[in-house]
Amino acid sequence: MAKLPTPAELIQVNYKPPAQGWMDLKTELRPGYYVNAAAPKWMNMIDYPFPRAWSVADEDWKLPEDWKERVLQGIQDRLERFRSLKVFFDICVRCGACADKCHFFLGTGDPKNMPVLRAELMRSVYRRYFKTAGKLLGELAGARDLTEDVIKEWFYYLHQCTICRRCSVFCPYGIDMAEMTLLGRELLASVGLNIDWALASVAQCYDKGSHIGATPQAFKDMIDFMAEENERITGISTPVSINRKGAEILFVVPSGDYFADPGSFNFMGYLLLLKYLDLDYTMSTYAAEGGNFGWFISHEMGKRLNAKMYEEAKRLKVKWILGGECGHMWRVCNQYMPTWWGPIDFLEEPVSPITGTKFENATVHKMVHISEFTADLFRHGKLKVDPQRNAHIKLTYHDSCNTARGMGIFEEPRYIINQVLPEGHFFEMPPNTIREKTFCCGSSSGINANENMDIRMLGGLPRANAVKYVAEKYGVNHLGCICALDRATLPTLMQYWVPQMEVTGITEMVGNALVFDDELERTTDLRDRDLVGFGEAAEEEEAE
Amino acid sequence: MDFFKRHFLVPLIAVLGLVALAYIGVKADLTFVFGVVIPYLAVLIFFEGLIFRIISWARSPVPFKIPSTCAQGKSLPWIKRSLADKLDNPENRLQVFGRMALEILTFRSLFRNTRSELQPNQEKPEDSRLIHWSYKWLWLGAIAFHYAFLIVILRHIRFFTQPVPHFVTALAEADGFVQFYIPTVYLTGVLLVVAVTYLLARRLYTPTLRYISLAADYFPLLLIMAIGLSGILMRYFYKVDIAAVKQLAVGLATLRPVVPDGIGVIFYIHLFLVCVLFAYFPFSKLMHAPGVFFSPSRNTAGDNRWKLHVNPWNYPVKFHDYMHQEDDYREAMIEAGLPVEKEK
Repeated sequence: MAKLPTPAELIQVNYKPPAQGWMDLKTELRPGYYVNAAAPKWMNMIDYPFPRAWSVADEDWKLPEDWKERVLQGIQDRLERFRSLKVFFDICVRCGACADKCHFFLGTGDPKNMPVLRAELMRSVYRRYFKTAGKLLGELAGARDLTEDVIKEWFYYLHQCTICRRCSVFCPYGIDMAEMTLLGRELLASVGLNIDWALASVAQCYDKGSHIGATPQAFKDMIDFMAEENERITGISTPVSINRKGAEILFVVPSGDYFADPGSFNFMGYLLLLKYLDLDYTMSTYAAEGGNFGWFISHEMGKRLNAKMYEEAKRLKVKWILGGECGHMWRVCNQYMPTWWGPIDFLEEPVSPITGTKFENATVHKMVHISEFTADLFRHGKLKVDPQRNAHIKLTYHDSCNTARGMGIFEEPRYIINQVLPEGHFFEMPPNTIREKTFCCGSSSGINANENMDIRMLGGLPRANAVKYVAEKYGVNHLGCICALDRATLPTLMQYWVPQMEVTGITEMVGNALVFDDELERTTDLRDRDLVGFGEAAEEEEAE
Repeated sequence: MDFFKRHFLVPLIAVLGLVALAYIGVKADLTFVFGVVIPYLAVLIFFEGLIFRIISWARSPVPFKIPSTCAQGKSLPWIKRSLADKLDNPENRLQVFGRMALEILTFRSLFRNTRSELQPNQEKPEDSRLIHWSYKWLWLGAIAFHYAFLIVILRHIRFFTQPVPHFVTALAEADGFVQFYIPTVYLTGVLLVVAVTYLLARRLYTPTLRYISLAADYFPLLLIMAIGLSGILMRYFYKVDIAAVKQLAVGLATLRPVVPDGIGVIFYIHLFLVCVLFAYFPFSKLMHAPGVFFSPSRNTAGDNRWKLHVNPWNYPVKFHDYMHQEDDYREAMIEAGLPVEKEK
């Protein structure tokens, strides 16, 4: 692995395009910028074609003999299946509005990271083989032959896109690079080109139940551990019934939330909240994953992993599903899941058993977002909280790209934040970097590996830079989010660009602030950090 | 010759060549070809090409409803959505209609445009600031260009109709309200050329834009510029017999084509370039005009969770069912106290 340059070195971005035209410029595959090739064992586990040992750095990628026909046939099939692809291929005017909207372009200055040019990498092949002008005029019509170098270029740049859709917001025709990237990755997969980080997660999830590959007993262990932690800190026992039939609600969270900090603190928050409500819920060892790395590599694989949620809800005979904080999980759940499996007649339209609120926006989907659920509880005064317990937190909120631009969930988390933080502890980042214009963490869509740290830090630069701004201006010390991939990747990003910045889920702050009747006297938060007015800092103050 | 030069010079030469072609053609007495045959052919190609392309788009389904949601979505009843929210993240057809209208009539998404700049910090490079600000010039240029073009086209109806519809006369009067020259100068004609010059200049002078621009980007701009300039030259400088032009135009429109004598060659150049634009339209990026209506990220409602969207090619997929997991881990699950379907 190449040594990661320092922030001072990495931030020297050159936005001047090279002298050579992009079609003539052979792409250099720079270590630190790509994720390793997928190991054959993962591909075998999910029946992916052409499993073989190969390396990105190799000259020969050992493509199948008929790779070209396969890719072209793949394009043809997708043109017939996706109107979006046809339209997006045909109507781009290269106005450049998307160019400086991409975090990877802003971070690298590499012109092929302008969404328009990333699309042209594929569009040029489309023109060459599917359009008369391209067939006749070649390069002059913006067309080029499909060669191994082109395929390598696709592999390189389609994994320098995190499917965040920021470009699609600014495109005057709504051209959605995210969808094209996903379809492009499908084409790559059809000739056996996959990235290891994504494939490993997918295969583990497919086989065992979650991206982290936890067995059912390990899943239970982790959850029991978090419940014990809650009891140790708050005195409240928060046991979880697992795989219990007949529960009212199936609770599905991304595995990141029970696997590692700081997601685990968010998980503790979930358990405290659900305990507080005495909710009749269960979790599943089979539907143990809310996230969906499958959707990062193909529509079909997304569906294959997503199957488990409804399957398990049916088996356990629950009434509806409650979903945890996760970005791409909710992009998939909101925009694909009902279409994949509907109509969902074995579940009931979700109603909050605590407030009686019927979730009118989930009558078909039968699944509710924890932020919607929690906001509704606060609105009805069902939660007693002590915001002073979060007084050590000065928060800014990062809208996850998927929940922002693939769902539109902006107000619910903000409403919750304002309930659980003392007044004046919440600060927004600059308006052009939040809500629908939010910047991606730079590591989403299956590229949060260790070997591509350069591109991850560069892709995350626009986000980090906005966080740094509020940190310096308002003393913000926590970055809140409702996304497990954010909780997995933002700490690394922050450590690199904005040291001392902590990353937190929103439900962690809810759990921390909840006041139970029979709780221990609280002196620390869920992370064992002293609350304001307790611990060493307070003692020193008193001594003075 | 490098990439940029090829992609810029070839369209430039092509447009000049088209001008020369029309000039030579008329000088060679081919006025019937340039005044009647080519216009009919161009219109035919335009409509056929347009319909063919639109049908081709429409034949592919929209398997998933995945609009770009650019504002708060429908949620709990007390989470208020402003009209702007509803238009940026529509929850039903009416709101989609509003979003599309806003997109097509006001270029909503382009209005959102920002510019970003990395402001370097020399002493501590890691403290360099990335700033983003609202940038409306592209929007302004695009709006000016498209509306000017639209009004210019509408004004041309007066050549094809007898009597001229009232709205066309009114439009022309409004367009020429600033009277400083004879004949009356139509502002939109000038604006069209100014706007198209801006759109061309930004392509040439912004390094990133020049890098992505293809011949297919320069050609329509140069063509439209030539159309605008030839129109202006004809109206204000090298005047043509306007009555004869109208005779020809009405003849074309009523399918009784006549080619009157004595129309200046500049007219035929103008007409020929317009014909080329028509014939070129369906095979070019100019299809963004009808295409925007078909863009699924804009023309679908974000209502998946309460209104089922059906994918016509949805197919069953292979997945591991629960029993697969239990069969793999039954003993361990029992030992961990997890309920199982089968004890053995």
